Amino acid sequence: MIDLVAHNLAPLMFLALIGFLLLGYPVAFALAANGLLFFCIAVELSSYSNEISLSWPLLQMLPGRVLEVMRNDTLLAIPFFTFMGIVLERSGMAEDLLETIGQLFGPVRGGLAFAVILVGALLAATTGVVAASVMAMGLIALPIMLRHGYDRPVATGVITASGTLAQIIPPSLVLIVLADQLGRPVGDLYAGALIPGLMLAGLYCTYVAALAMFRPHLVPALPASARTLSGSAVPLLLLLLLAAAVALAAWHLIPSHGDQSMIWAVTLGCGFAYLAALADDVLRLNLLSDLSRRVIFVLVPPLGLIFLVLGTIFLGIATPTEGGAMGAVGALVLALARRRFDRATLSAALEATTRLSCFVIFILIGSRIFSLTFYGINGHVWVEELFLGLPGGAWGFLLAVNLLVFILGCFIDFFEIAFIVVPLLAPVASALGIDLVWFGIILAVNLQTSFLTPPFGFALFYMRSVAPSSPYSDKLTGRTVAGVSTAQIYWGAASFIILQVIMIAVVVLFPGLAITPAAPEVDPATIEIDIPPQPPDGTGGTEEGVPPPPSFD
Amino acid sequence: MMKALLALSRHIDALSAIVGHHVRWLILAAILVSAANAILRKVFDIGSNGWLELQWLLFGASFMLAGADTFRKNAHVRIDVLSSRFSKRTRDVIELLGHFFLLAPFSVVLLVLSWPYFVDSWQQGEVSSNAGGLPVWPAKFLIFAGMLLLVLQMVSEVIKRSAVLAGIMDEAAPQPVNGRSPSGAGPSGGHVE
Repeated sequence: MIDLVAHNLAPLMFLALIGFLLLGYPVAFALAANGLLFFCIAVELSSYSNEISLSWPLLQMLPGRVLEVMRNDTLLAIPFFTFMGIVLERSGMAEDLLETIGQLFGPVRGGLAFAVILVGALLAATTGVVAASVMAMGLIALPIMLRHGYDRPVATGVITASGTLAQIIPPSLVLIVLADQLGRPVGDLYAGALIPGLMLAGLYCTYVAALAMFRPHLVPALPASARTLSGSAVPLLLLLLLAAAVALAAWHLIPSHGDQSMIWAVTLGCGFAYLAALADDVLRLNLLSDLSRRVIFVLVPPLGLIFLVLGTIFLGIATPTEGGAMGAVGALVLALARRRFDRATLSAALEATTRLSCFVIFILIGSRIFSLTFYGINGHVWVEELFLGLPGGAWGFLLAVNLLVFILGCFIDFFEIAFIVVPLLAPVASALGIDLVWFGIILAVNLQTSFLTPPFGFALFYMRSVAPSSPYSDKLTGRTVAGVSTAQIYWGAASFIILQVIMIAVVVLFPGLAITPAAPEVDPATIEIDIPPQPPDGTGGTEEGVPPPPSFD
Repeated sequence: MMKALLALSRHIDALSAIVGHHVRWLILAAILVSAANAILRKVFDIGSNGWLELQWLLFGASFMLAGADTFRKNAHVRIDVLSSRFSKRTRDVIELLGHFFLLAPFSVVLLVLSWPYFVDSWQQGEVSSNAGGLPVWPAKFLIFAGMLLLVLQMVSEVIKRSAVLAGIMDEAAPQPVNGRSPSGAGPSGGHVE
């Protein structure tokens, strides 16, 4: 009996973990407790099985594991990007963007839905926070869509799905966590996620366009009377073309400093458009229509910020952590400039950031304690054999993993999947010769889908919290509008879940979308040479493919 | 007896809350230090490992010290797919047992181990291996301090949960901070508020 237990400790530990987690106690502590319990069992049984390489002195490693989590530079990007997203949300950027872009596209069939997707993608490129996007868009766009007779499932579906773009378009938190767990640079995952993320937004647009063509009554155009900003969009197009010309000229005229000239060029182009609109407004030239001016005023600042953060990261000028810090400062400056920010708001934004990063890091600490034991009893070998035994090699593995993550995603949060499941899968993927960046992007699209899948799709919850559930009287028309039922919200997500699954398949079939040619590296000489003293037990295990088993010392 | 214990619990809650309230500013400091480091490195080509280490030290301090308050606010993520179907009393019992058998081993073991870990570093005057790096002991001390706060908060939670089970108190945990229903999927990740 004892022999049997000793030789099957890894599966037992995993089963026990599931049991512990289902108790509903905080995940971080359940993980750690599971690790410690099986540490003790394994040490007691170590004489029965040569697969167990744990001993009491190894327990001394625990504080070191926590210190290692603290010194992790990658994870520093989590609070930075979270803070940036919350500050931008509180400064009312989403509202402004939706109002103006909605006016721009409104007169077209399906136009409001396009506006929501576009704003969703823009917000996604500034934050990694889904809640902010879904709630802001749900509060502003949904009442307008309902007022003009949009189909309810379509309206809620497009808003929730566009909100989840924040988890796939960089700088998303999912990608930071996955990069850390897969041991790949965050910049590579950002670069890899950009095209699939934009394609996904394109896929949503195609779907809306198809609806507009074949089911026009579901996505009606706004009547002309619904527009408050007058004028045509032609001057806007002309101005944008002019700005692009300025940028191009600047790019060629500025004495080249490599990639830096590109940044200057784009900055000049944006600045030109902004100044031109400002001059037009102040001098009352009225060359631009009201609509064109508004669009420039609301679009340029966030675009500039996106460029400042993502541009510098992609060009290899800044690390993601640096980009996050500069983005956070930039968001603060923007919010202050709009005078929608005070000490209380700052304090609340910091509080939310602290709470989120604290529970994330505690789960990571718990999972490091779990993995100390799990690797010590050769658990990774067990997982590897389990998956390598699947028919179909790498394809069979990818199919199984995607199914697993999809199903888990219906019930648990992506942080838990990323910290518990991904480290177990990464070595197997390596062993099968799967590129880990590609693997990470596949997982990222899958985890993004988990926000939409019932019963526990968080984007659906956020939608529910802002959508009217009982009939209300429309502010503008005074008519009574029926509420949105929960079933309608869930149905609305269904078609977008199908689009998500298509996207997962596309990334699996076309790895080239995710694996971009190596991004320019940040010059290693200029950044901190920071290799934390690795205890000789393979604590780097979860990050470095197949880890060496812990040794006695 | 119970009165004294509940008073103790209130004091502990207050301590966690005060610490939790103030550590948020460390995040702002980390952002400013990090942005300044990035700009100085790019524009003036100056940098110092000490300032780079300060970034993670500030963030580390914020999450280690906020752990107890996050626990007090019931903001550590739970998987309550199954447990939300249990009766309130069953959940209370699980919660109390969880404090003893899940949280206590982790926090007490780490608390006990992190003290010598810190003291050794302090006595040796251990300094980071990076040129111009900071001393290492403050980071190690933060682990100890964070665990101390967490263990104290655990004591408070045990008192409150016992009071709830004994029918002395209505509800131990504060209402979920983000106003989501307690039977929902709990305060969760990636999404604030």
